[in-house]
Amino acid sequence: MNRALSFLVWAAAVLLGVVSVGVVAIHRGEPINALWLVTAATCCYALGYRFYSKFIAAKVLALDALRATPAERLENGRDFLVTNKWVVFGHHFAAIAGPGPLVGPVLAAQFGYLPGTLWVLAGAVFAGCVQDFVILLFSVRRDGKSLTEMAKEEIGRIGGFVAYTAVIAILIILLAVAALIVVNALKDSPWGTFTIAMTIPIALLMGLYLRRLRPGKVLEVSALGFVLVLLAIWGGQWASQNPAMARIFTLTAPSLAILIIVYGFAASALPVWLLLAPRDYLSTFVKLGTIGLLAIGIVVLHPTLHMPALTRFVDGTGPVFAGKIFPFAFITIACGAISGFHSLISSGTTPKLIARETETRVVGYGAMMAESAVAVMAIIAASVMQPGVYFSINSPAGIVGATASAATATISNWGFPVSPSDMQALARSVGEQTLFNRTGGAPAFAVGMAHIFSQTLGGDRVMALWYHFAVMFEALFILTILDAGTRVARFMIQDALGHIYKPLGRTSWYPSILATSALIVAAWGFFLWQGVKDPLGGINSLWPLFGIANQLLATVALCVATTIIIKQHRTRYAAVTLVPLAWLVAVTFTASWHKVLDPSPRIGFLAQAHALAAGPATAATARLIFNNRLDAALTAVLVIMVALVLIESARQWLAVLRGREGAQLKEAPFVMTRLAQERG
Amino acid sequence: MTRLGRLPRLLLSILREIFDEAAYARFLRLRQMQSSREAYAAFLRERESMQARRPKCC
Repeated sequence: MNRALSFLVWAAAVLLGVVSVGVVAIHRGEPINALWLVTAATCCYALGYRFYSKFIAAKVLALDALRATPAERLENGRDFLVTNKWVVFGHHFAAIAGPGPLVGPVLAAQFGYLPGTLWVLAGAVFAGCVQDFVILLFSVRRDGKSLTEMAKEEIGRIGGFVAYTAVIAILIILLAVAALIVVNALKDSPWGTFTIAMTIPIALLMGLYLRRLRPGKVLEVSALGFVLVLLAIWGGQWASQNPAMARIFTLTAPSLAILIIVYGFAASALPVWLLLAPRDYLSTFVKLGTIGLLAIGIVVLHPTLHMPALTRFVDGTGPVFAGKIFPFAFITIACGAISGFHSLISSGTTPKLIARETETRVVGYGAMMAESAVAVMAIIAASVMQPGVYFSINSPAGIVGATASAATATISNWGFPVSPSDMQALARSVGEQTLFNRTGGAPAFAVGMAHIFSQTLGGDRVMALWYHFAVMFEALFILTILDAGTRVARFMIQDALGHIYKPLGRTSWYPSILATSALIVAAWGFFLWQGVKDPLGGINSLWPLFGIANQLLATVALCVATTIIIKQHRTRYAAVTLVPLAWLVAVTFTASWHKVLDPSPRIGFLAQAHALAAGPATAATARLIFNNRLDAALTAVLVIMVALVLIESARQWLAVLRGREGAQLKEAPFVMTRLAQERG
Repeated sequence: MTRLGRLPRLLLSILREIFDEAAYARFLRLRQMQSSREAYAAFLRERESMQARRPKCC
């Protein structure tokens, strides 16, 4: 009876999934309801988890519930610790969920909601979740080793070196892009700038409260910090209406960029407890609450999607970023579908907490599904806006024109009607002076989120408060990544420099702290400055660069996974990682080719440099030419390195398959778990 | 206790783990210390390098 019922339930899920994906994919003309996307996503995730992840767990990885994990064997009460699987799930999700799944899908919505939705669903189920799951399990079987260590051991020294270099490159580009998103969200916005500025003293206050008044009461102080942040949002409205305060907090993009660079250096050099840790707690608190609230808001309001399924910009002429759906939609949306960065977390803290191998399925595969659901929410938030409004916010002045009338005329000519008065009314309703040319994805997401929230709670009267809540939420998120990322990169550089000169490797030696912090901040600060000064808005060139770098890291992770699967003599199942690997190689190598060599100046870095050289010379021309050539060189170097890993991996696979080389796995030896007996 | 009754406790333990409260409790237990400014400062010192090395995804 149970089997029959189970069969019927899953058959219904298949049917509902097919119908809802069909409606999302085939429907044209009239707008559709967001619930179709929610239903399609729910069915895809349920089926993917129930059937595909179970197949991988049983056949490919052969999870062994009796094998002791490092959390049990090496338990020390600190980093190695047997932990409840749902607690590990929450911990892992909080670490992998960043602004990426919010920003990428908003930018890719220029193609319409369909390409992003299909990629997020298929990419997560067949690639992203698989990557996170297999890397987590392989790390668990290797005492919680990192991706770079596994790459070095299983592929060779080149694998380890490339993984290390790719991580540094991604961190630098990621930090620059993240900072640029904050700059674009806050420029000429006294309300937003005041609110975000206030989060710094709030975080410092939280740090002191934790250290001096109520040691260890993190949840309590985070709730207190959250209340203070809400007050800061309310205070931002006052600041924006007070002429003297508004003058102080109305900042241009270059001024904001300088302030963020200074902040990044200070956050990296200050003690962790004073700024980084409390800000991390505060942003996690806000992040988990807001994501939950947004999910409820979408289901309760089930808004209509005004963005068409496909727009005219599938031909590659989009104003948000240039390039066709293939490959650019697939590098623009990384975190909601597959993100190489996740492999660092799956081989970082998480494997040291897993109690039993069988729990890697819910943590690795399951948490990535939750992240993918966040990306679906971002697609919905971007698509509830009228397309004309979406393009007005996201298009740089260099493409649509610098004045309101020029921008709306250009966008209306594209077939997305919008008027200057529409945009002025919208800007007024969210408490901004203007919403034109607010590139980067964050302001557009904030408008969509404010629309959903205000319709669910409070109506149009509180639209401005919700908008600035959304801006604060994203900026807080991003600044936390800036703090943590700068520090992680600093430690990595110090580790490497320690091999050359020992004191440089000491993480408590202040000359080394200052020098390496300055090095990292200068690196991402350079790209941030480049983005701020770019007449096309910066995101046009920097986001694809970040997407390429992130997906190249996923390529390295999938190379490691495929190598281990082949060494385990499970070659017939190697397609599970080999197919996403082949897809990513096709996507990233094609995207890199376009970014370096495409003849269109809006796509190819070298073509842009050439066009600048041929055009009228201004004071900025030489710098812009240099920047484009540097971006081209960076992309080429990344691709060459990953090609080396691919060649090295393929050499390993052939050697094992032909029997020329023994399949030497570097797993920890089998030890029987005690937990099974303890639990009966 | 029913499954539903366990849910709030599970949610609280997830939050306590994410926000490092559980780690601080373990630290106090292992060191047989009472919570105090000094104990928390020692806990922060021990976790400083670990926390600073923990990557946050994009």
